[in-house]
Parts: sequence; structure tokens; C-alpha cells
Amino acid sequence: MSSVGSALDTFPKLARANAERLARQVAIREKDLGIWQAYTWRDYFERSRRIALGLASLGFARGDKTATVGDNRPELYWAALATQALGGVPVPLYQDSSEKELAYIVDHAEARFAVAEDQEQVDKLLHVRAQCPRLEFIVYEDPRGLRAYSEPGLLSLAELEERGEKFALGHPAYFDDEVARGRAEDTAVICYTSGTTGAPKGAMLSYRNLIEMARIATDREGLRRDDEALAYLPMAWVGDHMLSYAQAIVAGFVINCPESAATVLSDLKEIGPTYFFAPPRIWENLLTNVMIRVEDAAWPKRKLIHFFLDLAQALERRRLNGQPRPWLPRLLAPLGQLLVYGPLRDNLGMRRIRTAYTAGEAIGPEIFVFFRALGINVKQLYGMTEASVFVAVQKDGDVRLDTVGTPMPQVEIKISEAGEVLFRSPGVFQGYFKNPEATRQTLEDGWIHSGDAGFLDAAGHLKIIDRAKDLGRLADGTMFAPKYLENKLKFSQFVKEAVTLGPGRPYVTALINIDLGAVGNWAERRGIAYTSYTDLSQKPEVYDLIQQEVVRVNRSLAAEDEVLRGARIRKFLILHKELDPDDEEITRTRKVRRGHVAQKYAALIEALYGDRDRVAVEAQVTYEDGRTGTIRADVAIKEVV
Amino acid sequence: MSEPAPPGPLLEVDGVSVRFGALLALNRVSLTIPRGEICAIIGPNGAGKTTLLNCISGFYHPYEGRIVFAGGERTHLSPPDVARLGIARTFQNVALFRGMSVLDNIMTGRVLKMRGSFLLDALWWGPARRQELAHRAVVERIIDFLEIQAIRKTPAGRLPYGLQKRVELARALAAEPQLLLLDEPMAGMNVEEKEDMCRFVLDVNSEFGTTIALIEHDMGVVMDISDHVVVLDYGRTIADGPPEQVRKDEAVLNAYLGVAHD
Repeated sequence: MSSVGSALDTFPKLARANAERLARQVAIREKDLGIWQAYTWRDYFERSRRIALGLASLGFARGDKTATVGDNRPELYWAALATQALGGVPVPLYQDSSEKELAYIVDHAEARFAVAEDQEQVDKLLHVRAQCPRLEFIVYEDPRGLRAYSEPGLLSLAELEERGEKFALGHPAYFDDEVARGRAEDTAVICYTSGTTGAPKGAMLSYRNLIEMARIATDREGLRRDDEALAYLPMAWVGDHMLSYAQAIVAGFVINCPESAATVLSDLKEIGPTYFFAPPRIWENLLTNVMIRVEDAAWPKRKLIHFFLDLAQALERRRLNGQPRPWLPRLLAPLGQLLVYGPLRDNLGMRRIRTAYTAGEAIGPEIFVFFRALGINVKQLYGMTEASVFVAVQKDGDVRLDTVGTPMPQVEIKISEAGEVLFRSPGVFQGYFKNPEATRQTLEDGWIHSGDAGFLDAAGHLKIIDRAKDLGRLADGTMFAPKYLENKLKFSQFVKEAVTLGPGRPYVTALINIDLGAVGNWAERRGIAYTSYTDLSQKPEVYDLIQQEVVRVNRSLAAEDEVLRGARIRKFLILHKELDPDDEEITRTRKVRRGHVAQKYAALIEALYGDRDRVAVEAQVTYEDGRTGTIRADVAIKEVV
Repeated sequence: MSEPAPPGPLLEVDGVSVRFGALLALNRVSLTIPRGEICAIIGPNGAGKTTLLNCISGFYHPYEGRIVFAGGERTHLSPPDVARLGIARTFQNVALFRGMSVLDNIMTGRVLKMRGSFLLDALWWGPARRQELAHRAVVERIIDFLEIQAIRKTPAGRLPYGLQKRVELARALAAEPQLLLLDEPMAGMNVEEKEDMCRFVLDVNSEFGTTIALIEHDMGVVMDISDHVVVLDYGRTIADGPPEQVRKDEAVLNAYLGVAHD
């Protein structure tokens, strides 16, 4: 190491090296006005530099925080780099957060600066600023609708960069000096975890955490400079920060920002990424989309597709279980490749994928098998914000259905007495911002308590059963894993969300959310008329449809798992409204908040354990603009025989 | 979008009357719309609102009175000539090319601005190609502005009603009008769609400085977004002023509460 300043131990230093080494290589693309606009690594670094100087001209001091909020836009990634260049800490926020949620984090993180995508976010931030006076400056990227605003401290990114240019004239060495002062142990980012319980916690990750884990993962997965990835997951999620920011800078691959949230699927097709990261939710959506279209196809096509999909899934299932594969299907597979798998892969925009992950939650095995059967190398990843994402990943060629793979290099895993998964790695975070209490609970002697129940099998694969605290027993002592059952239910294209109940109860019951797209399509094809989500959800035909799914889950439970087979679902009901983050029933990353649900639907739950077959219910709903209303419905309860 | 403008109001309708046989649809209606304003035209069914828009856009020609647009008299122009002057409109019943994509529909809004020869266009060469790219760029800005990227390539006929209305607005904007006439832009929409449409109307007005005249039945919308309101009843102007004033006007209350006419 020649001098401390020249070591590539922070993102600004790495990005500067990319700007020199890969000056003309594309770093990031954004679809804007219908065209994929490309920015090279030189543009990437140069724009970040200008933004940094603009921030400096406003009096940005080392240690200041910049909240960033909006869809995935190059400018927001640059704002993060600019903040880091000045020794500050970016705090990415969820773009669909309510004002209240934003206010909590902006206040807790002590953000002095905010960079927002557009008017929608600026309006929220202006309200937030009224409660959090520490927030001084709000910078926006898209000036549309904001020209008439005259609030102090509100300026456009273009104005900020202009100020930066002027500032640089008077302080030519300022930027380079500030970059050189960055250290590996500095906090690089604070990622607020959405938290299924209690207030969000801000996990502090250092440059060392992120850069080392990014390097480890890049090496193990063989990521290259010519890889392409789609940046479409919320920037506030550590997964996007790792992949679209940390790994992209470390490995130098190309990030593509979709045109808008509504165009992600067609943009995916246009880009054809080679490296893809999606939570199970997205894989489920993709599968549902495919299946709806298959069902709409003409009869011979439909039969053909079903035949080859079933064939491939049977083969893949045997392969994942290490069983021998019969010769006839193997012989037919190339034909399926030509007629079904190849075209389908292409249609999904996944023809070029070399590595794809599913992470964030357990994926339904059927969904996982479906995509693998198509020849898409999707692998399970087990990770946490507090670990800089990577803990365990399935290795290429060593993928199994029921495990999340082997630990990443330099990651140690052990199982506590209580069955909880503990680990330590170079990615272990610095602690929660201003929350030593929570840090103490999670981090013990360098080991992180994951809160997940699981075990390492004989081959060293990690198997996660459930959240440690969710794992429960029925009144008679039968083991019950709610998430496990819910994922089985959610495999059905008709089930959007499911909440199972059981601990301390005589039997297992389920609250189910139907998928409006799939069930609506199914109902239309059968000539079942409905007026609204609530109406559709309570149709007897829909209940029959869902009952079949519940029976299927019970059957597969009995066949697959000895420990959990006692916990079959006895009764279920279909909720009359969708679980919604605005009603605090699920988190922004779509994890069910059991506590809230149990409280809100207490009457329904009691009825599930009573002997009534109908129950009247009233639920408060919050519309996107914050107004509230009430939905009343008469919900049916069905017993599964 | 607008060049340095001559002083005076953008549109003056002066004593205009329209007669369909024995029916006097408009009876000496006058109104003035200053540049950059959002003007709402309201009134009960059959009051003559759409007839008035049709006069302004050249579909009907009044038998008396005159229409002055941007300082010149335009009473007897045909619709294409009116469009060329910088007046664009949307229709009460959506009038899109149902089989064409959203993008192509909006491109038709540029037709009056296209110059070219049949041969060059057919070969898509040289100036023809450059011209199409330039028009496409304008259209893409409008698509971005109205947030309809996701349906760019969808046939217009397959879209839900609210989106078709938005596409119609996009097509009108593609003509880069000085005056935009909207005939019930929010009819048949749910609350959320209405709010979106209001935001787009306000944004068009503030972003491009486009003067807007709109017919609307939703009083909440009218009072929220317009700078001034003109009330028609039985072909006559019964009130004209800022929303707060019109809201209290006795003649308007009578018209809406249905006092008997003799």
C-alpha cells in the first residue's frame, strides 16, 4: 500500500479507479423518453463529483446524512456516491413510504440533506421537514410540477450541479482531498430494515463490510464486467444497494434502470439481464403472469405447453433430489427446449441469465422448480441486512430444493442451543444507528443472531425452517411452522397472501388473500360475475377453488415432512380485503406483520376456532393519500374435510 | 411551446349565436380567455357547452357574432385551419384510433406539423427520417409527462376508459397547442383517475403555459382547478367570474337547483 489515500477501500475511490480504467465502458443505463440512455464510468464518477461539490457548496460536513428517495434512478445512485465522497452517509428510503414512516427515519437518521426523485417525494419531504427541522436541503431530480415551489432550501439537481461547478473554481482540490480522507472503517450506508415488529432499525454498514462481501460474492459467482443487471428493487433494500451499487462498482458490471415501475417486465425483456435478483414475490408474479397467458392460449398450444412444463418439472425435481432421471423424458427434453422452454425463457427476458437469486423470504418449492425447469439458473440466497446481504448461497451445480445452500467463503455458521442460526463474517455490520439495545440483542461477540430457526445438514447445507419466534406448537404439542405452510399455499397462482395460525390452539387455520388477477381471470372464464375484490372473495365458487388448494397443501404436508405433518390446515377463510402496507398489515417488502393481523382480525380468528360458518367484519382501510374508510363484509368460514 | 405573444386575451368569443333549425343552441354568448388561464365552462345538460367548443374548434359556424383567436378573427375557419392556428381538443366520447398503438395515436397529433414528400417518407430516408425522429422525441416527452410509458405499444382500443382519456389528452398535446379544449376530461372516471387527470391538467398549464378551456360537471374539480368559470344555461351566459364568486351567484344556483323557466 503506497499511501492510505490510494488504497481502494471506499466506493468513491473504487469509482474513480473505474472512471480511469473503464472510462468508456457503460456503467449504468436508464430508459428515458423511450430510449436506453447510457452513462459510462467516467460519466458516473463525473456526475457524482459535481453533485458532491454542489452539496459541499451548501455546507455539507463529514458525517452528515443524505436521505435518498425515489425509484431506481442513476442520479440517486450518484447522490449516494457524492455523499460518500464527502465523508457523509447515504440513507436510502422506500419510495412508497407514507409521510409518517419517512418522518420517523429522516428524524432518527438526523438527515440534513435529502435527494428526491420527483414532486411526489418532494411534497412528502416538505411535510416531513415541518416536523424535522434538522432536514435543511431538499434536492430533486425531475423538475416537473415543481417550478412554482419557492420553499427555502429546495433546489433542483441541475441547480445543485451548477453550484458545484462554481464551488470547484474556488476549491480545486476540495473533492480529491475529501475522497482521500475516507477510511474502510467509516460507515458507508445506513439501511433501515422494515421490521415486522416495532420501529425500523438503521443498520450501519462500513465500506469494509460492503466491499469485502461484494468481492467475495463476485469471485464465488464469477461475475464479470460484461454482466448486465436490472436495478428495479427498492433502493432502500440492502439487496439493491449491494447488487446495483456495491457489486456494480466492485465488479464493474452494467446496471439498467427501468423507465417506470409499471414497465419493469417489458424493460426486463429488452435488457435480458445476465445477473438477476428477485424476492419470491416477483418470481410468483412472473409465474402467475405466465400461467394466465398459457390459460388464454388456444387448446393445442395449451396442451403442448402443459405437457412439456410438467415433464421438465418432474425431471428437475428428481435432479434436485439427486434421484435418477428416466430416459424417455430426458430424450424428449431437447424438443421441449425448442418448442417451449427456450421461447418462454426469451419471453420472460431470462434467456441470458447466468446467475439469478431468490432471497428475502423462503420461496415456494413449486415456483423454484418451475424456473429451474425452464433452464434458468435461479438459486436460493440466504442473507440479511446486518450481514451485508450474503450468508449462504447455493453453489452452481449443487442446488437443492429444501436448503439455502452452503455458507459463502469467510462466513461461519453455527446453530445455537435453541436452534437459532448464528453467523459471523467480514460483512457483519457495525450496529444499529443510535440503538445500542437492539445491537446488543443481535450482535454477540461478533456473532449475529439471525432470528431464524434452522440447521446444517450432513453435506453442510443450511436449511431454514421458520422464524425462530414464529415456530410454535399446537395445544397438543404438535410442531407447527407457519411460514412453511404459508409458502406452500402461496404457490397457488390463486393465493396472493396467506396467514396461518396455530400456536396454543387445537388445530391450524388460515386467513387467505386471493390474487385478484388470477382469480378474476378464472371467474370470468367461468362466467362468474363479480363487482369488487370483496364480492369476488366471498363467492362460494371461489371458496371451492381455494379449498382445493388447501387440500393440496395438506396432502403434500403429509407426504413430505415427518415433523410437521400433524399441522394440517383444518379451517380457512378468505379475507374480504387485500393485506396492505398502508394498513400496516404487511411490510413494504411484503412480509406479513402477524401481530397487527392477529389484533385487527381478532374477531375472524375467534370465529375460526368457534363453530360458526359466517362472521360479519369491519375493517379500516387507508387509501394511498392517507384518507381512511371502512370496508364491511360478511366473511364465510370453511372447514376442510 | 409558445412564441412571444401579442398582447390581449388569447380567445375572445363575442356575441356568438348558433341555431339548429328552430333551436337556438347558443344565444349571443360572449367570453374572454386570457393567456395561461384555466377556464371552466359549466352548465346543465343541453346548455350549449359542447356547441360552444365546437364553434371555437371550427366544427360549427355561428350565424352571428365573432371569434377572435390570438388577435385575429377566426369565426369561419374549418377545423384543420383552426388546428393549424394552435387549438387542440379532446372529445366527450373518446375518439381514438382503436386498432392503433398508443404511440401511433399520439403521433397523429403531429400530422399537421409534418412536412415531406411521399417518396422520401416511403423510403424513410434523409429529411424524412430526421423529421420522424424529431416528432417521435416530442411524443416521447409527452408520454413521459403523462406517465403512460407502460402502454406505449398497447392498441388504444384495449385500454380502460380512464387511460383512453389520457391518451386523447396526449394526442391533443402533441399538436403543441396554445389553446387546449377539453370536453369533459373527467367524465366516467373514479376518484383516483379524476385526481390524476386534475394533476395532469394543472401540470400542462404550469409546465407548458397552455391556456385551457374545459367543460366539466364535477363541481369539486371545477372549483379546485379553474381560474375562472363561465356558466351557460339555455344557450345564454348566466355567470362569468372567479370560482368563489360563481359559486354564490343566484342565477347559477337557480339553474342548478332547477327553478322553472317560463
